[in-house]
Amino acid sequence: MLDQSYYRKVDEIIESYGKKSSSLIPIMQDIQEEYRYLPGELLTYVAGQIGITEAKAYSVATFYENFSFEAKGKYVIKVCDGTACHVRKSMPVLEALYKKLGLSKKKKTTDDMMFTVETVSCLGACGLAPTMMVNEDVHPRMTPEKAEEVIEKLRGGGDA
Amino acid sequence: MGVMTIDGRKVSFTNERNVLTIIRKAGIDIPTLCYNPELSIVGDCRLCTCEDDRGRMFATCSEEPRDGMVIFTNTARLRKYRKMIVELLLAAHHRDCTTCVRNGECSLQKLAKRFSVMEVGYDNYKEMHPLDMSSPSIVRDPNKCTLCGNCVRVCSELQGVGALDFAYRGAEAMVIPAFNKTLAETDCVNCGQCRVHCPTGAISIHHNRTEVWDVLYDPNVRVVAQVAPAVRVAIGKEFGFPNGESVMGKIVNALHRMGFDEVYDTTFSADLTIMEESAEFLDRISKGEKLPLLTSCCPAWVKFVKDQYPEFLDNVSTCRSPQGMMSAVVKEYYRDPANNPDGRKTVMVSIMPCTAKKMEAKRPNSFTEGEQDTDYVLTTVELIDMIQTTGIDFANLDPESADVPFGFGSGGGVIFGVTGGVTEAVIRRLMPGHDKLTLQNIAECGVRQDGFIREFSVPYNGMDVKICVASGLAHARTILEQVKSGEKEYHLIEIMACRKGCIMGGGQPYTFGEDSKEARTAGIYRADSETVIKKCDENPMITALYDGLLKGKEHKLLHNEGY
Ligand code: SF4
Ligand code: SF4
Ligand code: SF4
Ligand code: FES
Ligand code: FES
Repeated sequence: MLDQSYYRKVDEIIESYGKKSSSLIPIMQDIQEEYRYLPGELLTYVAGQIGITEAKAYSVATFYENFSFEAKGKYVIKVCDGTACHVRKSMPVLEALYKKLGLSKKKKTTDDMMFTVETVSCLGACGLAPTMMVNEDVHPRMTPEKAEEVIEKLRGGGDA
Repeated sequence: MGVMTIDGRKVSFTNERNVLTIIRKAGIDIPTLCYNPELSIVGDCRLCTCEDDRGRMFATCSEEPRDGMVIFTNTARLRKYRKMIVELLLAAHHRDCTTCVRNGECSLQKLAKRFSVMEVGYDNYKEMHPLDMSSPSIVRDPNKCTLCGNCVRVCSELQGVGALDFAYRGAEAMVIPAFNKTLAETDCVNCGQCRVHCPTGAISIHHNRTEVWDVLYDPNVRVVAQVAPAVRVAIGKEFGFPNGESVMGKIVNALHRMGFDEVYDTTFSADLTIMEESAEFLDRISKGEKLPLLTSCCPAWVKFVKDQYPEFLDNVSTCRSPQGMMSAVVKEYYRDPANNPDGRKTVMVSIMPCTAKKMEAKRPNSFTEGEQDTDYVLTTVELIDMIQTTGIDFANLDPESADVPFGFGSGGGVIFGVTGGVTEAVIRRLMPGHDKLTLQNIAECGVRQDGFIREFSVPYNGMDVKICVASGLAHARTILEQVKSGEKEYHLIEIMACRKGCIMGGGQPYTFGEDSKEARTAGIYRADSETVIKKCDENPMITALYDGLLKGKEHKLLHNEGY
């Protein structure tokens, strides 16, 4: 159960876009921005408020990759698996991160809510392949070893 | 309006919705998966693709007819293209045909045969997903879904519910309830219309055949069947009779042979429903309260009110449905040792056109003295399966009449199977007289008019009784919104969740185009015409029941304690 404050915040957001079905995407974006994820209960609530079915809202939310129903870690690591990065061996980088953090394709976030590891298709920096992003920072020419170092640094509280 | 050339022949057209319809009228059965005349057009499956004289390929379901078009429907390119689409669909499909519910009746299977697909040259990239068995009415098997989206549109466009939708994208795309919940956790009303429109075994009836076989083979159990009106006009076609022909007599014979001890007719308890509902209606009119009265015989509609319009719950009639009344009365009858000398347990099996009845049977208010009134609900489709299992030569069975004392209903009970039937039976009950002219006037008062929403009024005791009859829950939503806003005012609203009523229920054999609606409707009205007694209060078995078993028990056996 989410705290009442969440719903108050969402009411404000809905208010600003208007109670109509076309407001769905901007509302979801604002919620995600606010909480760094899109809590399912809030999506259901929004659907009811703007008069669409829960299934439709879920459909839209899952269609776009950038919405997430799970709370993400403090550091969101996106390993690029676009074509360029893939052929330059981005998968071993991903595997190294999974192993180091005890994560997998299914379990994306560490229990201490520090790290989330995901893949993306092409970060638009193919010349630097294989690439990886930590929050807003791009890390070029990754190797499994370099990836592990990045984690160590972040754990140590540094700004990798 | 115009003329187009299809495979070298001139074909004129008027206001057809799309090129596909014209081609089909011209006698060429273009394959489709995602097109349905009653639903919006999405053009997703691409199977209906044809090409024009400039080599342009387009989905004919989403192409507007234009004068002078030159269309080819069977070029080498198209044949290859269609076959490839079928192969791709098969590649993403759990192909266990011999043990699949849709074996022999599946559109995908038919397509594979039609395009002579002998091998599938692609790997199945789909992850296997568990079946959703949570609903007592339908089963979802995502591994058999073609992503045609028919169920999504049926549920939202026809039923106004929207329990299902697409989720995820690309290779991961699925059709599921929000958050991958089970159907039982959604506002699904169990109507089964998604199943009727699903081309494959991805949505099927949650069957109860096994349980019923078990009790049929148990000598310590008295197995009693009741057969709903809409079943008798939908089953014959499967055994070679004309679409819509009533074969009640043969059904009764088949059930006896299968081992049912007693076979009763739900038209009997439909008469009971009218007795009670008319009385309730007059009572509310005289008190001027809880109007409009909303009918309660369709459980999908009742659930819809409960989930989406709880403010109208008090308006819903407290009458149990005909299924509920029959089962409660039968069980009460056999509770009396005089009627049950060998002390056998009675199991009630109700045979319905409806998947939602399976849910109704389990509703907390479908119990009497702590006992579930209806033990099992079989849909028409399950009954057909069971008859076929036995090998009984249905077509050549002699007709038998249903058993006493609950085997006879009036014509008013028979017409429950079609939209407007309940209302017409109520009007018959309220009007004095039962001569031809009276009955004809009632039939022509507006209750049988075309369309899914029918508004009319009938004079009664110096007042104008305003009535609305509708089928399809999306229409029900429209009506409730109008009543809520004060735009419309009625005394009585009859709703059937399935368009055209129970004859098109979610447990009926797959519909054979528009014809089934008309043929089954005609079959019901014919059965009414052939019945000597037209009014519930003139059914001697009903009067006998009120004077005997029902005395002082009307409330206990015939009404719900709320929803
Ligand atoms: S049974 Fe009816 S309400 Fe339920 S998902 Fe299917 S169409 Fe929708
Ligand atoms: S469940 Fe059936 S109707 Fe629904 S999308 Fe899948 S194949 Fe189509
Ligand atoms: S209209 Fe009839 S078949 Fe359809 S859900 Fe209602 S009771 Fe069942
Ligand atoms: S493929 Fe990785 S940045 Fe383009
Ligand atoms: S039927 Fe035309 S695209 Fe599916």
